[in-house]
Order: sequence, then C-alpha cells, then structure tokens
Amino acid sequence: MTQIMRPTEEAELARIIADHARREAAIEIVGNGSKQGIGRPVTAATQVVTRNFRGVTLYEPSEMVISARAGTPLSTIQNELDKHNQRLAAEPLDLGPMLGNPEGAATIGGVVMANLSGSRRILAGAVRDQVLGLRAINGRGEIFKTGGRVMKNVTGYDLCRGLSGSWGTLAVLTEVTLKVLPNTEETRTLLVLDQPDELAVELMCAAMGTPFEVSGALHLDETLAGRLAALDLIEKGRPTTALRIENASPAVAYRIAQLSARFRPHGQVVELDHAASIRFWRAIQRLQFLVGTTGPVWRISTAPSRATEVVRAIRGYSELNVAYDWSGGLIWIETPASADAGAADIRRVVATLGGHGTLIRASETVRAGVECFQPLEPGVMSLSRRLKKSFDPAGILNPGRMYVEL
Amino acid sequence: MSTIELPTPDRTIIGRRGTIVQDLMRLVSPGSVISDDDGRRAFETDAFTAYKRMPLAVVLPRSTDEISRVLAYCHKHGIKVVARGAGTSLSGGALPAEDAVVVGVSRMNRVLEVNYEDRTARVETGITNLQISAEVAERGFFYAPDPSSQLACSLAGNIAMNSGGAHCLKYGVTTNNLLGAKIVLVDGEVIELGGNHLDAPGYDLLGLFVGSEGQFGIATEATVRILRVAEGARPMLLGFGSIKAASECVSGIIASGILPVAIEYMDKPAIHVCEAFAKAGYPLDAEALLIVEVEGSPDEIEALLERIGKIAAAHAPTTVRVSGSAEESAAIWKGRKSAFGAIGRIADYLCMDGTIPLGRLADALAGIGEIGERFGFRVANIFHAGDGNLHPLILYDANTPGEVEKAEACGAEIMKLCVDLGGCLTGEHGVGIEKRDLMRYQYSDTDLAQQVRIKDAFDPDWLLNPAKVFPLDLQRGARRA
Ligand SMILES: Cc1cc2nc3c(=O)[nH]c(=O)nc-3n(C[C@H](O)[C@H](O)[C@H](O)COP(=O)(O)OP(=O)(O)OC[C@H]3O[C@@H](n4cnc5c(N)ncnc54)[C@H](O)[C@@H]3O)c2cc1C
Ligand SMILES: Cc1cc2nc3c(=O)[nH]c(=O)nc-3n(C[C@H](O)[C@H](O)[C@H](O)COP(=O)(O)OP(=O)(O)OC[C@H]3O[C@@H](n4cnc5c(N)ncnc54)[C@H](O)[C@@H]3O)c2cc1C
Repeated sequence: MTQIMRPTEEAELARIIADHARREAAIEIVGNGSKQGIGRPVTAATQVVTRNFRGVTLYEPSEMVISARAGTPLSTIQNELDKHNQRLAAEPLDLGPMLGNPEGAATIGGVVMANLSGSRRILAGAVRDQVLGLRAINGRGEIFKTGGRVMKNVTGYDLCRGLSGSWGTLAVLTEVTLKVLPNTEETRTLLVLDQPDELAVELMCAAMGTPFEVSGALHLDETLAGRLAALDLIEKGRPTTALRIENASPAVAYRIAQLSARFRPHGQVVELDHAASIRFWRAIQRLQFLVGTTGPVWRISTAPSRATEVVRAIRGYSELNVAYDWSGGLIWIETPASADAGAADIRRVVATLGGHGTLIRASETVRAGVECFQPLEPGVMSLSRRLKKSFDPAGILNPGRMYVEL
Repeated sequence: MSTIELPTPDRTIIGRRGTIVQDLMRLVSPGSVISDDDGRRAFETDAFTAYKRMPLAVVLPRSTDEISRVLAYCHKHGIKVVARGAGTSLSGGALPAEDAVVVGVSRMNRVLEVNYEDRTARVETGITNLQISAEVAERGFFYAPDPSSQLACSLAGNIAMNSGGAHCLKYGVTTNNLLGAKIVLVDGEVIELGGNHLDAPGYDLLGLFVGSEGQFGIATEATVRILRVAEGARPMLLGFGSIKAASECVSGIIASGILPVAIEYMDKPAIHVCEAFAKAGYPLDAEALLIVEVEGSPDEIEALLERIGKIAAAHAPTTVRVSGSAEESAAIWKGRKSAFGAIGRIADYLCMDGTIPLGRLADALAGIGEIGERFGFRVANIFHAGDGNLHPLILYDANTPGEVEKAEACGAEIMKLCVDLGGCLTGEHGVGIEKRDLMRYQYSDTDLAQQVRIKDAFDPDWLLNPAKVFPLDLQRGARRA
C-alpha cells in the first residue's frame, strides 16, 4: 500500500524526509505525476506529492526574474509571464499529451528536475541555464538554499546546475528561481520542404552558422510532418525543415529574407507568419508529432554532424520515424514496439558514433527491464554515487529512478 | 599585514621537499618542474597580490597523462595541489601554500579540433580566452565569454571561476558555453564529462565542476561552443546627471524587451580616470555613464539605438552619443576595458565583485558611497549593469600602514551590503580566500554543509586547493578534529 503525503510547508516536508531517512524508507517524489511514466519505476511505500507547494513568490519583470514554489503548475507561471510579455527562455517541453496526460500539468519543480529543454535551447540555453536559485531539502531532511535571485553568482559551488536534471534523486525542491526573457516582438518561420535528412541537417547547420540568431532548427520526416495539424495549410506529409527567427519586426523581416534567399535554391520554401509560427512551435513544444501513437520513443543527444549517421545506423535494425531538433543535435526516434524498445541496438550505435539516448516512452514492463537513461562510464558512475551520498546518504529519494544504483 | 588566516603548513611535507621534487621530475617531461627560488617566486601569488606564499614546487606538465601521474603521486603521499592557469584570479583562488605543489596548465594550450558544422572547438585548457576567438575569427566565429582579463587568463581559470564579461548579458558566462571537459581527479583518474553535444547523461557533473575553484579536479581539455560573430555591433554613450536616472534607464531598457549585448556602467570617479587614460570622449560632467552596445545588421543597429535613445530620453540624459565609426567604438571600449589599469596608475585599489538585484542599483550605489566615506576611501564604480554585477574599486595608499586592512574591512562592508540587498558575494571573481570568511553572511551552516559534503565527494582528503572557498572551521580536518 502506498502512503501518499501532501505536505504544504517546508518544515513539514523536512520532518517527513528526516523520519524516512532514519528508517531508511524510500520516498517517491511526485510533482503532478505528468512524467511518472519516465525512467525506471520507483518502488517506495511513501509518495510525497509537492503539488501543495504552490504560487509565485516573487516576480520582477524589469529584473527578468521569477520565483515560485516547486509545485506551481507551469501553466500558472506562463500566465504570469504572459501578463508582462515575458517567457521561459528554454521553452520547456510539455510531455503531457505525448505520454497520454493532459496539457500544461507539469510543475516547475518537475521541469527543473527533468531539465528537458525545448527547441530554443540552441539559442537561449537549457532549463538549467535559467535556474538562478533553489530551495530544497536533502535526503537527511535538511532545508538548504543555493544560488539566489541575481543573474551572476559564483558564490560557492553551482548546485543549481548540479540539481537540475537529477530527477528528484538528490533533493526535493521547494522553491525555484528562474531567469526569464522578454518575448520578442515578432517571430517567423521558414519551412524548406522535401529535403532528405542529410541535406536538411546540412541546411540547418548552415543556418546556425549565419549571424541571424536562428532560435529553432527542426527537421521532421514525412510521417511525423504528416501528424502536425499546424501544417494543415501547407502540404502536409512532406519532409519539413523549419527555421525560426525571433526578434524586433524589422530585424525578423531582414533575417528571414536573407535566409530565404540562401535556401530557396534547395527546394520549395514556405514562410509562416507570426501567428502561424507560434502555432507551429507550440505544437513542437507539445511534441504533437508523437501524440496519439504508442510506439517507444527515444531522445538521442549527439553532435549535428553525426546525426544522420546515427539515424542511418539505427535504421539498419528497424523502421523509424524521426525528428531532428537542435539543428540535428537532438533526435526524437519512434520505433516499433519490441521487448527492449530497441535499446540494445540503439545503445550500440550511440556508443560507437558518440552521444547518448534516453528512453522517454515505453510500457512499464519495458522500462523496468532496460536502462532508460544512458549507462555511465565507470569513473563517472562512481563519482555520481558519491554525489548522491553527499545529498542522500540513506538513498531514500527516488531510488533507482535514473539508475539502479542511484 | 594580512587579515585573512592561512593554515599553518605541514612541516613534514616541507621537510621532504628535496625528495618530492626529485620524484616529480621523474613523472613529467624534462624542464617541467620548477624548484628554484626565483622560479617558484613567480607563482607565489595571483592578481590578489596582498597575499603571497612560496609553493613547495611548481609543475607545468605538457599532457593530461603527466598531470594524472602528478596527482596520483601527490594523492598517494598526502601532498596538497593548487591548480593554476594564468594566475589572474582576483580573489586569491590560485594562491599557493608552502606545503602545496602548484600544477599549472599554461604549457597545454593547443587547439585540438574545430568543427564549424557543430560550432564547437576542442582545446587544451591552458589556452588563453582570447586565443580561442583568434583561432576561429577567420571563419567569422568567436568564443563568447569575455572577461576583461581575456588577453591573459586561461580557459582553465575561466572554467574554475565560471568567468564572464561585458557581453555575457546576451551570451552567458563560461558554464553556458562549455559542452565537455577532460578532468583529472584527485587520485589521478581521468574522466570525460559532456562532449560535443548539448546535453550530457546522468547528473550535471560538468555544471558542478564549473565554478568549483580548483577544488574538484584539474581540467585539461575542454569542448566549447563557438558562435557566429554578429554582422555588426555599435555602442552608444549615455550620460546622466544622477545615479538614479542612470539606474532607471537600465531597468527601462531591460523592461522594454530589448536585450543589448552589453550595458556597462561607470560612476563619476571612474569616468574621469578612464577618460584621462583612454581619451574615449567620455562626458566629464556626467554623474553616471552607460555604454550600451547592440548588434545586428546596420539597419537593425540603427533601429535598436533609436529605441534605446527614446527610453533614455525619459531619464533626462546629459549626453547621448552613438558611435559613428569603428575607431570611435574601439575608443569607447578601450576606456572601459582599461579601466582597472587606468585606476591602478593613480592609486592602489581593491577590486570588489558583488551582485545585486537590478532594482536595488541606486540603493547599492548610495550605500557604497556611504561606506566608503565612513572608512575615508574614495570608491570608483565600474560594472556590468545589465546583470547587476558591481565592481566597486576602493582606492587606497598601500604605503600608509594599516590602509590595506582598512580597505579590506571597507570591502567586507560593501559585500555585506550586496547580500543585504538580495544579491551575492561574488558575480565572477570567485570566493578564493578573499571572501571565504564572509560565506556565512550569505549562507547558513546547513547550506554550507551541503556544499562541503560535495567537496568531500570529489576530494575526500581536501588535497585540492584547500583553505579556499569555505570558512576554515568547516573544512575537512577541522571537522574531523
Ligand atoms: C519519459 C519522460 C520524458 C520526458 N521528456 C521531456 C522532455 O524531453 N522535455 C520536457 O520538457 N519534458 C519532458 N518530460 C516531461 C517533464 O518531465 C515535465 O515537463 C515536468 O518535468 C514534469 O512535471 P511534473 O511535476 O508533472 O513531473 P513529475 O512526473 O511529478 O516529476 C518529474 C521528476 O521530477 C521529480 N520531481 C518533481 N517535483 C519535484 C520536487 N519538488 N523536488 C524534487 N524532485 C521533483 C520527480 O520525482 C520526477 O523524477 C518528460 C517526461 C517523461 C516521463
Ligand atoms: C585586470 C583583470 C580583469 C578581470 N576581469 C574579469 C572579468 O571581467 N570577469 C571575470 O570573470 N573575471 C575577471 N578577472 C578575474 C580572472 O581573470 C578570472 O577569474 C580568470 O578566469 C582566471 O583565470 P586564470 O587562468 O588566470 O586562473 P588562475 O588565477 O590561475 O586560477 C583561478 C582559479 O582557477 C583554478 N584553476 C586554474 N587552472 C585550473 C584547472 N586546470 N583545473 C581546475 N582549476 C583550475 C585555480 O586553482 C584558481 O582557483 C579579472 C582579472 C584581472 C586581473
């Protein structure tokens, strides 16, 4: 029987954790549970839900900083930011729909703990790059803070980065302070159609090498492009390479014209205006090209120059649907269902060619049987184990979520 | 004259100096160990020159393997190690100890690989910051973090201090521009963190390493992001009759949604010294000066500067001048970049480095003025206003007995003020020894204990750059006793 606890105060949460630490009893930490389907299933008699840590605690638009308690829904934060025409720079993905959950349900604590950044990462950095400060409780039940609310801070170690992406295995967040950015005046997107993968990645890299500050470089194969309602007005179901520019209006016009002139010889070029562009990238943020299907989904991080080689090698083993984001540096792969979701082949390819893969969507049985996160080199693993111990010596926080031994 | 306590060195280690030097020589290529007095003296301090200690020996290896052998040896014999890049730390981060071996990476400065498609460069960490940009300039690329010391400081030091510069308002600091590193751990084990892709698996150990001030290991190679240079860039000068007006103008620009590449701030004393030195055409009648730089195509630059001009107009500027030529732009930046040197010519100074929330800028500057007056010092302020990173320079006379200590005390008050205003003790220079004992002002003992445990995880015996960053009583040894 799982005992579910919903503390509302930091001190109460600290007591719960200290008590579990004494008893060496595991705790599963849940925000809204929108990603409970990611990673290895955690076995714990207690579930601590952080949803009651709610509300924006500080928002200074002219300083580009926002603080919120960890259980605040991302949608609440986005609404606040909208009022002042600002945004979260890293464009965090909303995996809800893709995993069969509702939209907008992710908590800000979960967003930081998953550190899964969206398309704008290539220009604006990752979620962890925007974390200025945190309050958290370690596995001993001690409340600590790190960082602050200022843009630059090298006072002591950078625990904000150390904790980002740790999936609740080091500490439970209670409050998060993030850097935000102004919304740009205008955004437009160029779609280059019918490019084979190799040319598409080449084209995206060329675009990233211009001074035009491309803030989204994505390529969808024809199957995935076919699933995007945002492409309804264009011919759907053709391989689509998208390049986004966001800036002041005159700058956008100029930059789009420059890029368009450069890429027109490659094939048909379509331009999305401001509204269409926003619709398009929102759909990408929700991974709409993976919504409504159930096949295993992998997220592979590699160098753009190796991206198509990685995909070609994996295609040698099975049919794939593929999207390249981050100019090719982030590959989304949908594979046919199998006992290991293709893990053996994918890991072998990635080990040979460089990069790493995370299994993002698969049945619980599959996830319990394979490593969902990329296995670590022995030296890095032993350092990670020591880091885990420094936060959570009894090993009670989300044990096994990322790796069996962490 | 020093007020910062340094631990008593271990006499038994110092007594074995001869043997240790002999052993080190066997581990590295010929000419890599410096053991004579004159040679060692060049390494006895960094740019925080009030503190000096002769190191036991200095090793300047030529490869990761050599560094690995040196660390394995020191680890086995319980010898402390202080990593060193170019020694430009302003917080005493690279200050050695009499019982410690300095391991410098300055001879490891090659560019190993540049990949324009992926926009990455793999380099040895002894390379200077500016050299990375120089290497890729021909193809129109650059390495973004630009500390004012970039001509001299090494990427190694940048990584250890998470250095930034004037342009990091837009481009971020070192941690935002580093993708991977090869690191030698305290026992000589070599690990690779990250790589030439954007996200690394597992915990963000690389992110933790950046800013760890040489206490987690020695970085020998790194993969950094390189970016395409903007089509053009142009600064404008804005002079104001009051600190308040200038501060409000900064907030106004940020709130408008414009993100300039840099917003630099100088107060009156700084303007006068810099102008006398660089002849940049700074307005001498202004109480405060902003240098705002924007980038883009010529039309974009024009449009942005016009918008900024309009925002400034609401704050009654006394000077509005847009640079008209490349020479003029260079002169404007020369004044700013040479500020520390220029002030150094007229007085001794202590360069502080704190950050504050932008909205408290006017309060901070008023408070700093008061503190300076109370101690009887002139304080010049030059800083990165866009991100609230203050650099108050306390001008004093080193020849007057007691002045250094008084200036340090004045500095400590200023740092505390930053924390009181919601800011922090250091935005880019690091804690080193300088701010070690102020850490408790910003953090609780529980906060610090968590950090100290991470140090334990990387370096259980505290051999790497000890006596820095944390109050001495929190460090290993003190805790065990
Ligand atoms: C397999 C998978 C892949 C995903 N991929 C992406 C992606 O690529 N990009 C993206 O943006 N999003 C991704 N997500 C979704 C992302 O996790 C959510 O945007 C958000 O992080 C979840 O918020 P939540 O509060 O609902 O999460 P939950 O599912 O409740 O928690 C997510 C993780 O954070 C931990 N956690 C939550 N709150 C706290 C807290 N206060 N303190 C400590 N730990 C906490 C949980 O233990 C868990 O490990 C993915 C989710 C899954 C399951
Ligand atoms: C005039 C002047 C202007 C400056 N302006 C700026 C500025 O604008 N922004 C800014 O951020 N800083 C500035 N600094 C501070 C300084 O230049 C930076 O901290 C710089 O990063 C130090 O680099 P370094 O190579 O000189 O490092 P060092 O001084 O040699 O060492 C600094 C720290 O790094 C550690 N370290 C060195 N090498 C390694 C390694 N291989 N592995 C692990 N740790 C290592 C050392 O142990 C020490 O703790 C300025 C300094 C001066 C003198």
